[in-house]
Amino acid sequence: MTPPPSAPSIPPTFSVVAETEAGHSPWSDAWHRLGRNRLAVAGGCLLLVLAVACIVGPWFSAYSYEDQNLDLGAAPPGAQHWLGTDTLGRDLLVRILYGGRISLGVGLCATMVALSLGVTYGAIAGFFGGKTDMFLMRVVDIMYALPFTIFVILLMVFFGRNIVLLFLAIGAVEWLTMARIVRGQVMALKKMEFIEAAQVLGFGRRRIIFRHMIPNVLGPIIVYATLTIPAVMLLEAFLSFLGLGVQPPMSSWGTLIKDGAEKMEEFPWLILYPGAIFSLTLFSLNFVGDGLRDALDVRAAKD
Amino acid sequence: MFRFLVRRLLQTVPVLFVILTATFFMVRFVPGGPFTAEKSVAPEIQRNLEAYYGLNQPLWRQYLDYLGRLAHGDLGPSFKYTNRTVNEIIADKLPVSLELGAEALVIALALGLTAGIVAALRRNTWIDYAASSLAMTGICVPTFVMGPLLVLLFAIQLGWLNASGWYAWPDRLLPALTLGFVYAAYIARLTRGGMLEVLHQDFIRTARAKGASEIRIVFHHALRGALLPVVSFLGPAIAGILTGSFVIETIFQIPGLGREFVNSAFNRDYTLVLGTVILYATLLIALNLAVDIVLVWLNPRLKFE
Repeated sequence: MTPPPSAPSIPPTFSVVAETEAGHSPWSDAWHRLGRNRLAVAGGCLLLVLAVACIVGPWFSAYSYEDQNLDLGAAPPGAQHWLGTDTLGRDLLVRILYGGRISLGVGLCATMVALSLGVTYGAIAGFFGGKTDMFLMRVVDIMYALPFTIFVILLMVFFGRNIVLLFLAIGAVEWLTMARIVRGQVMALKKMEFIEAAQVLGFGRRRIIFRHMIPNVLGPIIVYATLTIPAVMLLEAFLSFLGLGVQPPMSSWGTLIKDGAEKMEEFPWLILYPGAIFSLTLFSLNFVGDGLRDALDVRAAKD
Repeated sequence: MFRFLVRRLLQTVPVLFVILTATFFMVRFVPGGPFTAEKSVAPEIQRNLEAYYGLNQPLWRQYLDYLGRLAHGDLGPSFKYTNRTVNEIIADKLPVSLELGAEALVIALALGLTAGIVAALRRNTWIDYAASSLAMTGICVPTFVMGPLLVLLFAIQLGWLNASGWYAWPDRLLPALTLGFVYAAYIARLTRGGMLEVLHQDFIRTARAKGASEIRIVFHHALRGALLPVVSFLGPAIAGILTGSFVIETIFQIPGLGREFVNSAFNRDYTLVLGTVILYATLLIALNLAVDIVLVWLNPRLKFE
């Protein structure tokens, strides 16, 4: 394509190069494929709306997540409180939005923990191979067999229920599969010519792993990370449901569902709305993850 | 096969040992003890109690004592339930959890395999779409939402079943369904994928060409290969069902070991926590081993190694 007439100073060759790159890079291809997947796009939009609502929403509300109104008690959804109030008269919508900050935050942060651990570990095992790989992967095999949920429960019971620990504990559970995926990919990459070229050029191992290999396994990493977020959010909600997650007066979706389940007989909206929002989020994340998997054509991330 | 079994069993010993040791010391380094209650006990009584349970000994001594008793299969006395041993409590509660887990697993397999096979055979028809959407629902609606909603519908609104309890067989229905549904969803997806992959292969075409009936093709030829991903998934699934029952037991107030475990952690009931952890770890490792054996049996190209 010729450069636009309004910018004659740009040399034509530059524009041509940029154009071909934009048209044919695997990333933009994948982006287009993703755009055609209606479920994934819908899921992505919903997630965006939810995230923005959770971050911004509470600022625009007349109520705060801890404002009690005991005279009101549990009011059904209405004009004043769109989604009703809980038994202490707290606005459910604000509590859901506020809880969303924590649930989504835990989902993202714990996934980051799992991601950095798993990617580094897997890349090292795959890159060095041999005895190192044997040892590292045997450790992963063994850890797979451990009843991790039980350990997370113990950790949360014993060491106060603080959020940082929650991130770490959940992240520590979810990194194993990531490590396996990355290792497999790196093993395959290691035989490629450009890696050999980098080795011949005398680049250090660190540089080869982080600059040349990890960018090339980004596809599976992104896909698996997207699918880890819902798993992590489920685990957080699971812990909160057992009373081990976020503590009152703060709320996460797990604690809201727990509270709602206790009072659902008289006040069904207390479980219906948090449950619906949580499930919708999980739906969206899964659709986006599946869409990404198809778009990036990743086989290895399949279970 | 025999050597494989022996080697795997030998491998589990150090693993269990590490789990045991880590849990033992983690539990002890935690603030609070089994006898720190709201109403404080007289110091003499506290001392007597600690002497009785051996808590006044140095930690390494307690550890060795515990190991010694464990070697005889004795998990020690419970700190919270006076006059009851951990062995008794587990013998009392474990069958309930196992029954719930087994029922959930049966539901998961029955629902998941049927849905997956039918969806694969009727690919891209409304049956396939319905089965896949149902599977997605199962994956995205967590048990602790599904359970209360089922209770709301079947127990409170319709009044067909009890909201909680564990007495007659109808009480099993809702908990087992809640727990099994998620895994049914995953199994359905894996079965569908596995079936689709296998149905494309040459040996299926050969079977068709030789005039084998559709039923024979599905059950005799295709299913064996299609089940491989499902069987690999059963390891994590069984682990998930066992620990998932913690939540189910809480929702439906079922007197199982899961609820007991969470309570014992809150109560700092050291021996009960340890006993349960060891039990669950052993169970999981054994089940994973069983899964590996079934995998080789299903796929002769894999070797025991």
